Amino acid sequence: MKIASVIACAALALGASAGASADEFTEEDLARWQEQFDGVVKEGRALWTDAKLGKNGVVCAQCHPNAANTHPETYPKFQKQLGKVANFWEMVNWCIRNPLEGDELAADDPKMTALLTYATWERRGVKLEPGKH
Amino acid sequence: MDIKYDRRSFIKTSTMSVGAAALPLTMVELAFAEPSDNFTFAYISDSHIQQIKGTQFVRNWDRGLIRAVAETNLLTPKPDFVIFGGDLAQMGSKPELDHGAELLSKLNGKVYHVMGEHDYYLDLGEYWSKLFGKQYYSFNHKGVHFVVLNSILTYDEWTFNRWPTNEQRMAEMAGLDNPNGSPFMVGDKQREWLKKDLAKVKKDTPIVVFSHSPLQKIYKGWNFWTEDAEQVQALLAPFDKVTVFYGHVHQIQYNQIGNIAFTSAMATAWPWPYPQSYAQAQQLLPKLTVQMNRADPFFERDATGWQFIDVNSGRASATFNLYNNTTRTVAFDSQAGHPKDQTYQDEDQRIAPQMHY
Repeated sequence: MKIASVIACAALALGASAGASADEFTEEDLARWQEQFDGVVKEGRALWTDAKLGKNGVVCAQCHPNAANTHPETYPKFQKQLGKVANFWEMVNWCIRNPLEGDELAADDPKMTALLTYATWERRGVKLEPGKH
Repeated sequence: MDIKYDRRSFIKTSTMSVGAAALPLTMVELAFAEPSDNFTFAYISDSHIQQIKGTQFVRNWDRGLIRAVAETNLLTPKPDFVIFGGDLAQMGSKPELDHGAELLSKLNGKVYHVMGEHDYYLDLGEYWSKLFGKQYYSFNHKGVHFVVLNSILTYDEWTFNRWPTNEQRMAEMAGLDNPNGSPFMVGDKQREWLKKDLAKVKKDTPIVVFSHSPLQKIYKGWNFWTEDAEQVQALLAPFDKVTVFYGHVHQIQYNQIGNIAFTSAMATAWPWPYPQSYAQAQQLLPKLTVQMNRADPFFERDATGWQFIDVNSGRASATFNLYNNTTRTVAFDSQAGHPKDQTYQDEDQRIAPQMHY
């Protein structure tokens, strides 16, 4: 915070507009953002193993331990069975509807965000290859 | 290969003649000097019958087992017996084991059972044993010594002291990727029994071992692993011809370690990724293995299946019936000294869906 205040003062002294500048963040900010992210990863992992996500007690982790074989780095990609280029969340909903016999989630449902966040985190370090099969 | 074996082309022809359906499955006569030495058995594994509530069970897993049983019953000539490789149930409950046993009761002929962790960790195998008998045993059949092990035991502290309820113990072991799980093992008591059992067997008698977990170390994170694998392998080492069949992994794996040929079983329920698909994992998939096709989730039964096994001259040839994929055969090659896929073993014969990432 100290550094930010000093910079803010300096900006004022130079006659720039008042208030924090958009591209400034601190170690504390980074730690807080990471904490927020980690929390959502944790929620996603909980949903990944949650028998209540669908309706038949089947969980994502039964077929996808550690979210393996979901390949988030390959989306969007053409799915021949859907006949179009699809997003990762559309395939997650496909799984919720079919093997889990449940009701699909909205694309921006916080649960969907958590599922996608967890699966992508498990795939960290793998290069992006949109369209790959 | 010291046998003339043309099952693959037969299946292809018969499949073409009946259209898309892979039924009926029929076995070809094997051309041999002494056909009386040879026999076949069917091998079904990992059905994971899962109760929703009351009399409701997960349809998808039920269908996998029903199909394997129906197809096994159509084999001609009939297999001498059927092995069920473990994980009949998902959460080890009475209703699941009863329902699974009922589906299996449609099989013609003798069924031998192997214990899986999903059958065991609710009541430590008590109800399973009431239904199916001993948890480890051996038998002789046409000159081959068969051994069935319960390889999914673990450390006593984990089994007896760690969990407040049996239900939680089962749930913790049921999650393949659950870091609270514990490595599988055969254990001292059973290895002592195995030593005594094998002491009566001549070294040139072919040995076939069934376990649920691989009796080798592939990936500890998902228990594709047996903690005392080397000690079990050492007991098998003095024999000329040893074959180990295992379930648990829900995928095609095969390997050769010394004199021991290993072959895994497909699940009837669902396929698992190869450990290399988990970007954070250190794993040791046998180099010999040509992997199964990547599963297409739009086909419910894709990348599941069951096996039938020819035992000839004391060596085994496993045919994988893969439902939505082409049938594959992995047979011991006496010249190479290890199992080989009969079509895809050479690098240039492999197809794109066999590449996993």
